[in-house]
Amino acid sequence: MRKKLLDSASKPVENFVEHPKTLAELRAGILAGTTKAADLAASYYKRIAQKNPRLNVYLSLTKERALAQAARVDDAAAKGDPLGPLAGIPMGIKDVLVMRGAPATAGSKILQGYHPPYDATSVAKLEAAGAVLLGKTNCDEFAMGSSNENSAYGPVRNPVDTERVPGGSSGGSAAAVAANIAVAALGSDTGGSIRQPASFCGVVGVLPTYGRVSRYGLIAYASSLDRVGPFASNVRDAATLLSVIAGHDPHDATSSPAPVPDYAAESDKGADRLRIGVPAEYFAEGLDPEVRACIESGIIALQAAGCTVKPVALPHTKYAVPVYYLIATAEASANLARFDGVRYGPRSKDSATLADMYRHSRDEGFGAEVKRRILLGTYALSAGYYDAYYLKAQQVRRILAEEYLRAFNDVDAIVTPTAPTPAFKLGEKTGDPLAMYLADIYTVTASLAGICGVTVPCGVTKAGLPVGMQVLAKHFNEAAAFRVARAVERG
Amino acid sequence: MTARVTVEEVQRVAELAHLKLTAEETPRMLDDLNAILDYVAELNELETSGIAPLAQVSELLDGAGSGVLREDYLQPSLDRTIVLSQAPETDGVFFKVPKVIER
Repeated sequence: MRKKLLDSASKPVENFVEHPKTLAELRAGILAGTTKAADLAASYYKRIAQKNPRLNVYLSLTKERALAQAARVDDAAAKGDPLGPLAGIPMGIKDVLVMRGAPATAGSKILQGYHPPYDATSVAKLEAAGAVLLGKTNCDEFAMGSSNENSAYGPVRNPVDTERVPGGSSGGSAAAVAANIAVAALGSDTGGSIRQPASFCGVVGVLPTYGRVSRYGLIAYASSLDRVGPFASNVRDAATLLSVIAGHDPHDATSSPAPVPDYAAESDKGADRLRIGVPAEYFAEGLDPEVRACIESGIIALQAAGCTVKPVALPHTKYAVPVYYLIATAEASANLARFDGVRYGPRSKDSATLADMYRHSRDEGFGAEVKRRILLGTYALSAGYYDAYYLKAQQVRRILAEEYLRAFNDVDAIVTPTAPTPAFKLGEKTGDPLAMYLADIYTVTASLAGICGVTVPCGVTKAGLPVGMQVLAKHFNEAAAFRVARAVERG
Repeated sequence: MTARVTVEEVQRVAELAHLKLTAEETPRMLDDLNAILDYVAELNELETSGIAPLAQVSELLDGAGSGVLREDYLQPSLDRTIVLSQAPETDGVFFKVPKVIER
C-alpha cells in the first residue's frame, strides 16, 4: 500500500508527475557554481511551456522579475557573497497573494486587470531569501472551493491523473510541485485549502499556526481562519520554507511575535518517544477503505519509529463543517464587500446609480460559489438570524478548539487522514455544494481551532492515487508536526 | 433555526449584499441555501448557553498569540498615482462613481 507514487503498478494514461530536486541538492549546485540560477529558471519556464497548456497551473508568469532575481543570485554566488536559504529556488505563488506589478486575480473575473502596487509579506520574505518567483498559480475563486473547479480561468488538472481534480483551493500550487513546474509553492488554507490539494497531488503541505505567518497581502476570504503556508516535495524543504516566511509583521496585527525556530533542524530530531493520538472520529463512516488502509500503515510506521500511539477523543468533530461554513461565509460576506467596481477591477458599464453600479459589477464579476457563500454569510449575520447561526457557530467553535487543547495535554501530535477520499473526478461534485463541502471534513476543525499541521504523502491507492496523512500539533508546535511527518515520509 | 428560506428572503439578502440574482439564479440559490441551512441545523443538538463565543483563536493563548497593538506613528502610504492607476474611473485625485444624490 505504501508504494511511492512513481513506482505505482497501474499508472494512469496521462501522468505529469516528476519529483523536483531537494532544496539541499539545488543549493549545493548553486554554491558550487555547477548550477546557475538563471539556467534553472529557464529550465522551469521550458517545462511550464510544455506542461501548463494541459494542467492549467499558472495563470500568469512573472518572467522578467524571476530572471532579474536569478541574475542577482548568480552575481552573488560568483562574488562569493552570502546566499539566502532559498537562493535560486524556482517557486510558484498562489494567485490570492499579491506581487507588485504582477496581475492578481484571486481566480475571479472581478479582479481582471488588477496589478497590485505592493508585495505580500510572505512573497517579500521569499524573495529576500533568494527565491525565484516564476508566476501566479490557479485557484478556486477567492479560495472558495475544494476542487479548483470554481476558478473563473478553468480548473487545474491533477498531474497524477488529468481526469481528476487537484483539490482546492490551492490546486495550482499543489499541482505545480507535483509536476515539477515549481520546486515549491505558496498557498493559503482557510478550511483545508493547502492540506487537501497536497494530499490529492501527493506533495507536502503545511498549515502554520494562526498568526505564525503574516496575512498582509493575502486577499482575504475569512480573516479569523486564513493562513499562508508552503508546499514542497518533501517535509524538510517545507520546514525550511516555513522558517523563511514565518514571523511577526507590523502590517498584520494578528501575526505573532513568538520567535521562529529553525524548523528544518527541528525536523531532523526524529520522532522517537513522541506521543501520537489517533481520534476514532476521523476513521468513521465515509472514509474510503483504501485511504484508511494507507493511514493505518502510516501509523504502524510511526510505532516502528519509536512513537507511542494512543486513542484520543474528539467527540464534537462532526459539528466542525457546519460551524466552518457559517463562520467562513459570514466573514467572507464582509471581506468581499470591497469588490464593488470602485477601486480596482472592471466596472459594469451603463449603471445610472451607484447602487446599480455595485450590483451589476458584482453580478458580472463573481462566480456562483462566491455568490452562494456571500448570500449564506449575509443571511447568517442578518437581523433575526445572528444569534441562531453566527453566534451559535462561534460558541461551538470554542468547544471544538478546547477539545483539541485538552487532547494535546496527552499527546504531541494527532494523526488523521487529510481527506476522506483520494482525488475525485472533474465534474463529480460540481452539482452538489454540500457534497463538495464534505470534502473538507477532516481539515476544517484544525482551521477553527487555529492549530498547526502538516500533510505528508502516505501511500497510494490501487489506481495509483496519492493519499495524505494529516499530522496536527498544538499552537506554535510546528516542530512536532514536522518531526512526525518526517517519520511517516521515511515509512 | 430550521426556518425555510423564501424567495423574498433570498432577494432581500441579495439586496443587502449588493448582489443581483437573475430569474434563473434565484431558485437554484434558494434550494442550495435551504439544503445548507438544513445541514447546519445539526448544531441545534448542542446546548451552548453559557459558552462564550470564540471570534479569534488568540483568545485561547496567553502571550503566544498576538493582539498587542503597535505604536502609532506616521509613515508613508502607497503612492496615490499608482493606486489610482488601478481604478476604473478617477479624476486623478479621487475615485469617481455614478451620481449618488439627485437634486
